[in-house]
Amino acid sequence: MPHTVPDSQLVRRAKAGELAAFEELVSRHERQIYTRAFRILQNSHDAEDVTQQAFLSAVENLGQFREESSFATWLYRIATFAALKLIRKRKGLDTISLEAATEPQEDYASIPHPEYIADWRQSPEQLVHRHETRQLLDDALAQLDEKHRLVFVLRDVEGLSVAETAATLELSEANVKVRLLRARLQLREQLTQTLGNPARRLVHEHHHH
Amino acid sequence: MKCEELLKLLNEYVDGTVDPAICTEFEQHMAGCNPCQVVVDNIRKTITLYKNGQPCELPVECRDRLHAVLRERWNQAPPAK
Repeated sequence: MPHTVPDSQLVRRAKAGELAAFEELVSRHERQIYTRAFRILQNSHDAEDVTQQAFLSAVENLGQFREESSFATWLYRIATFAALKLIRKRKGLDTISLEAATEPQEDYASIPHPEYIADWRQSPEQLVHRHETRQLLDDALAQLDEKHRLVFVLRDVEGLSVAETAATLELSEANVKVRLLRARLQLREQLTQTLGNPARRLVHEHHHH
Repeated sequence: MKCEELLKLLNEYVDGTVDPAICTEFEQHMAGCNPCQVVVDNIRKTITLYKNGQPCELPVECRDRLHAVLRERWNQAPPAK
């Protein structure tokens, strides 16, 4: 089916009972859903489970999908919630909140300073097409603590606002912001160690203006 | 503005939500501090890479299982017309 047929048209045909239209929607979005689930869960088996659950849930709820958002947005939201639900289940938490109430609030005082500072040798546009880049991105993400990773994935990869990220993870906005900063800085550090140009490495002298 | 203060405001600056007066201070600091300038640039590129990164390939067996399960469910209970 040519990609010129918009998702919205396929959705209407699927709603009318056309399986082929639904399968085309699945084929268009399955890689994205799997990738998103993998980034949250860091495990290919769980990512497959969540991909399946998300599409099953799409079959079941298609009739209620009112098309106020795009099909992709609707579907990605379903997948994100399915992935978060699995994380909670893994931890044996029945509560909706992802963490114990005793978790200390992080603050800015403990944010580490950037260490490896250098311009990158290539632009993101060049890097995006390199096979090694995806592995590098996945490895760096895997090294984040889960609490930092979730905030980064929802905010910067999925594009939720700070408020939406906070609501989804049941965290305060202040907490989301500090975790996001930590995640961004840690990923920057990690990627720059590989992508930075050692000949142009800079030393931060902490000067005070 | 000191480098540590800049660090705390990084998110707001990169996301374009920083107060205009603070934004000016932020940029004045960066103009005289090459390392901070590079850190901000690195952060922007880091976010861009994750946003625009290519999705993983779905393993073939996984894709086949997915489509089989969905077809079965569809045939049992197609969406209400």
